[in-house]
Amino acid sequence: MNARTAVTDSVLDAAMLAGLVEGPGHGAVVTFLGLVRDHNQGRRVTHLVYEAYEPLAVKALDRIVREAADQWPSVRMAIHHRTGQLAIGEASVVIAAASAHRADAFASCRYAIERIKQIVPIWKHEFFEGGDTWVEGATADPDDVRALEQALRIACA
Amino acid sequence: MRVKVRLFARLRELGGSGELVRDVPDNATVSAVWQSLVQEFPGFADYRPSLSCAVNTEYAKFTTAVADGDEVAFMPPVSGG
Repeated sequence: MNARTAVTDSVLDAAMLAGLVEGPGHGAVVTFLGLVRDHNQGRRVTHLVYEAYEPLAVKALDRIVREAADQWPSVRMAIHHRTGQLAIGEASVVIAAASAHRADAFASCRYAIERIKQIVPIWKHEFFEGGDTWVEGATADPDDVRALEQALRIACA
Repeated sequence: MRVKVRLFARLRELGGSGELVRDVPDNATVSAVWQSLVQEFPGFADYRPSLSCAVNTEYAKFTTAVADGDEVAFMPPVSGG
C-alpha cells in the first residue's frame, strides 16, 4: 500500500510512511501516531472499533495534505487511518510530514491531526467495562473557515 | 426516482442498516431525503443540527439537488484520529 493517503484495516507502519515522504531536500521527518488508550473520561476502555465512509475519508485526507502543502510549501505528507477493531496500544492513525526544516514538519503534522478530527468521516465506537458508546466529535464541514483557522492556530502555537 | 442512502455509526444502528434504497420525488434535495428518513426513524430527528451530508462521495449541502441513482450519505459528528 504505497498511496500517501489511505484508509485501511491493516496494521499501520510509521516507518513505511516516513519512507514515502522523505527525500534528499528534507532535513526533518516528523511522524505522529495516534494510539488506542486504555481509559477515556473515567472509563476503562477495552478496545475500539473504527468505521469509515472510505471513499470520502480518503478524499478528506487528500484535502488535508493539499491544505498542508498550501500552508507549508516545502512539506510532503502522508496519512494512513485504520478501520476495524483495534486493541489497546495499536495505532489508529499515522501521519508523516517531511520538510526542509523541522519547524514546518512539526507544525504541519500537528495541523493534520487537528484537521483529521474536524473533517474526516471516520467514527470511533468505544467499548469499555460495562458498555459501549459512539464517540461524536465535530460536525464535519470542510468549508468551515473558522475550523481551519483554529487548526492553524493550534499548529503554529 | 430512487436513491441509495448511506448511514454511519450511531445513525447506521438507529436505521438498522448502513445502506438503504428509497424512492423520493423527482427534484428532491438532500433535505427532502432526510425528512423522509425522519418520518421512518423518529430517532433521527435529534441529529439534524449536527449532521453532515454527501452526494456521490463528495461533501454536499442539504439544499443540494439529488438525481436518480445518486448515493446520499448522512454522517453524525466525526471522531477519527
